[in-house]
Amino acid sequence: MANARALFDGNTSMSSHAAATDADTVLRQVLQDVLGLSAERVRALAPATGLFGHLPELDSMAVAGLLTEVEDRLGIVIEDDEVDGEMLETYGALLAFVRAKRGR
Amino acid sequence: MIAAWPCPGGEEYALAFDRNRPKRVLVLPAWFDEGNKLRHFTVEVMRRLDGAGVDSFLPDLPGCNESLAPLEQQTLQSWRAEAAEAAWFFSATHVLAIRAAAVIAPDALPGWRYAPLAGHSQLRALLRARILSAREAGRDEDREVLLGAGRRDGLELAGYRLGAGMIGGLSEAELPASANQRDIAQGDVGGPGLWLRAEPGHDPRQADALAAILAMELLA
Repeated sequence: MANARALFDGNTSMSSHAAATDADTVLRQVLQDVLGLSAERVRALAPATGLFGHLPELDSMAVAGLLTEVEDRLGIVIEDDEVDGEMLETYGALLAFVRAKRGR
Repeated sequence: MIAAWPCPGGEEYALAFDRNRPKRVLVLPAWFDEGNKLRHFTVEVMRRLDGAGVDSFLPDLPGCNESLAPLEQQTLQSWRAEAAEAAWFFSATHVLAIRAAAVIAPDALPGWRYAPLAGHSQLRALLRARILSAREAGRDEDREVLLGAGRRDGLELAGYRLGAGMIGGLSEAELPASANQRDIAQGDVGGPGLWLRAEPGHDPRQADALAAILAMELLA
């Protein structure tokens, strides 16, 4: 339950464009919006949960929209050459990428 | 409910809620993949406007939806001219431009731009999707190279074959300043933008909210 605190924060500000700054909260929210998931399923996302290539509905157009939305909500720019299959493969990998990006 | 309207290539269809009422809204739909994701929402907003006593018209732009015209031959200028033509044909008093359609909304009409998007932002998302799917297939594609080729020969993006004119136009299209049209942000409607959904979805509350904003201003 490493994400328990972030999840708790997420539940208190669940509106789409909440001024959430925590990368985990924002990423879960964007995934919820893109995949139309229930709050419950979003809470269950674990670092090893598969994303691109594992969820048939998450096609390239949806991933492109997801990345753009993450950029907008976190105020970061993701370059094309930074995007690779590995980073998009699991929730944990994507979160680690976004966190590193914000740290810069 | 299905009407036809004349445009240079012949005739295109439009979905129309027309009972000759004084307020008549031209609805310019979102484009490409976003158009599919927002179609249900858009029509639901029109149904609600109809219930509130407002006429509305949703034209197929050439190359889109039921249109038989090749998308590849369309440009921002041609779509802009055709949006103006549809506004004239349906005697629109207002316009609702959705997402990137804000770029072609007739200036002279008062109205709204829902979650407006610049042409270059639309193109960026399409290019990104293409680069991602190429990468998944083990090919590396570069945005600048794609853009250069697209400006010269056109480009297939997310299943849409766009001509050189459209690629060039989109890459330079900012969101125009509009004195007559007010922007409605997704936050005013509530909930996540439905264009984000991986699978087209619907949220009746969002259609209620957008139609209510329009109806209140139209019928005030």
